[in-house]
Amino acid sequence: MALPDTAAIRAMVQKHKRYDHMFAILGLLCLMVGLLTLLALLVDMGMRGIPRIDWGFFTEFPSRRAANAGILSAWVGSALVMLVTAAAAIPVGIAAGVYLEEYARKNWFTDIIEINISNLAGVPSIVYGLLALGLFVYQFNLGQSILSAGLTLALLILPVIIVATREAIRSIPGEIREGAYALGATKWQAVHDHILPYSTSGILTGVIIGMARAIGETAPIITIGALTFIAFLPPVPGTGEPPAGMFDWLFSPFTVMPIQMFNWTSRPEEAFQVNAAAAGFVLVFMTLAMNGLAIWIRYRLRKNLKW
Amino acid sequence: MVTNMPNAALQNSPASTIKADIRNFNFFYGDFQALKNVNMSIEEGRVTALIGPSGCGKSTFLRCFNRMHDLYPGNRYEGEIVFHPDNTNLLAADVDPIEVRMRVGMVFQKPNPFPKSIFENVAYGLRVRGESKRSVLEEKVEQALNDAALWNEAKDRLHEPAYNLSGGQQQRLCIARCLATGPEMILFDEPTSALDPIATASIEELIDTLRGKVTILIVTHSMQQAARVSDFTAYMYLGEMIEYGKTDDIFVKPRDKRTEDYITGKFG
Repeated sequence: MALPDTAAIRAMVQKHKRYDHMFAILGLLCLMVGLLTLLALLVDMGMRGIPRIDWGFFTEFPSRRAANAGILSAWVGSALVMLVTAAAAIPVGIAAGVYLEEYARKNWFTDIIEINISNLAGVPSIVYGLLALGLFVYQFNLGQSILSAGLTLALLILPVIIVATREAIRSIPGEIREGAYALGATKWQAVHDHILPYSTSGILTGVIIGMARAIGETAPIITIGALTFIAFLPPVPGTGEPPAGMFDWLFSPFTVMPIQMFNWTSRPEEAFQVNAAAAGFVLVFMTLAMNGLAIWIRYRLRKNLKW
Repeated sequence: MVTNMPNAALQNSPASTIKADIRNFNFFYGDFQALKNVNMSIEEGRVTALIGPSGCGKSTFLRCFNRMHDLYPGNRYEGEIVFHPDNTNLLAADVDPIEVRMRVGMVFQKPNPFPKSIFENVAYGLRVRGESKRSVLEEKVEQALNDAALWNEAKDRLHEPAYNLSGGQQQRLCIARCLATGPEMILFDEPTSALDPIATASIEELIDTLRGKVTILIVTHSMQQAARVSDFTAYMYLGEMIEYGKTDDIFVKPRDKRTEDYITGKFG
């Protein structure tokens, strides 16, 4: 056995580790580029906008006078549209993903569907807007309403949720599936008792990404004809003459946060720019709150899961 | 305390050289002490088996020899593992774990070839060491596959994916991958527990042919395997080295009651 040349090994390790250190620094820099830019934007927006945010900002309708203008109709509209989007996109997306992954036979047809779903995620959002204008607004006669907007955004984020669901399901080891089937479980039992619970956190991540994208979308909402200036609220969900009246809110005209911001930024007065910054800050906060909720749910689910 | 038996008997065997000395060795997973005051000497070119019931710390101990525990936070070594002839303490703070892994190879429980070709699997360790000349790589890959008794089966399909090989072949490929880098010591972590008896026999045969060329440390669940392949056997229990000696002695006349109980199947 040859005598080990420790000095040579040591020199080689040191030489090779230079790339290690170089990448560590480079990687940190890349991370900083992304993070610092975002941070700078947030800080800038916060510095301009936060002083403007007070109670009245949330409780006032838009106004021609910047000082009186608020985001009441916008945040209520955004919240309701998100509600519709979540109610439509989450169950449909998860069901489609589960079907494709667990039930559908693997053949050229499902291959084509698979490729197209991934492609759908890349279709420009304005195209969804045009589709929705034709389909929901005119064909189904749903009007330029919260329902139309919610369904449009649901279509938009559906591919994201489907893909995330499939990825999450695929990461579950085959042994788990076999274990369930070996005990006599049906496909549905295996999906309901094992596949879905174990893949929830992955699915939720997809849902978060999708919802965060939806809440910031402007183009498709404008396309279907959301108002840019609105001085009344939709009826509170569940109120109104039951049973049909309870759903009146779905058919109400509305506006959403990004449209309100867009409207304000296109005005010449400086005071409206400040309003826009403040609204932007609130919008970011709404997104963070939504993500926070999902992370909390994920944490709760994981606690009961020894994975 | 432990009946550590620092190798009076072992050193009597002719021309024995010590490859590694383990001195006052402790290992901690966070606050949990997984290994307690282990002392032993490992002979060069011999096969040393670590046996003991599940959770006794034998795999933990094995993974200290290539500082695998450094990959995860919260692990702590105490004491020394000194490699000879250069007297390097593998656990010393100024010894890079990568340097240790350059000298000590490892074969895992489940075959873990890379999703690349057979050739690239064996060549990877050489590439990591800076070798890029095609002719050198080809020569060393052939040599390693030969040493791992895989050349005849693999020579016509060197550029096929390693996953096309059977489980036993994959494990021999992993051994070849390790041998190609010319390690001073190879760690086997239950290398046959995922294999059928025939594949197991071929791995054991292979380990036998490596005797004298490289120092081997093998963790095994199977006492028969330890008896078949090893020159020395260490029995571990609850993180302690209960007994260590020549395999023949351990299996024929164990000194410690606990070793005897384990070997005769009274528990474990």
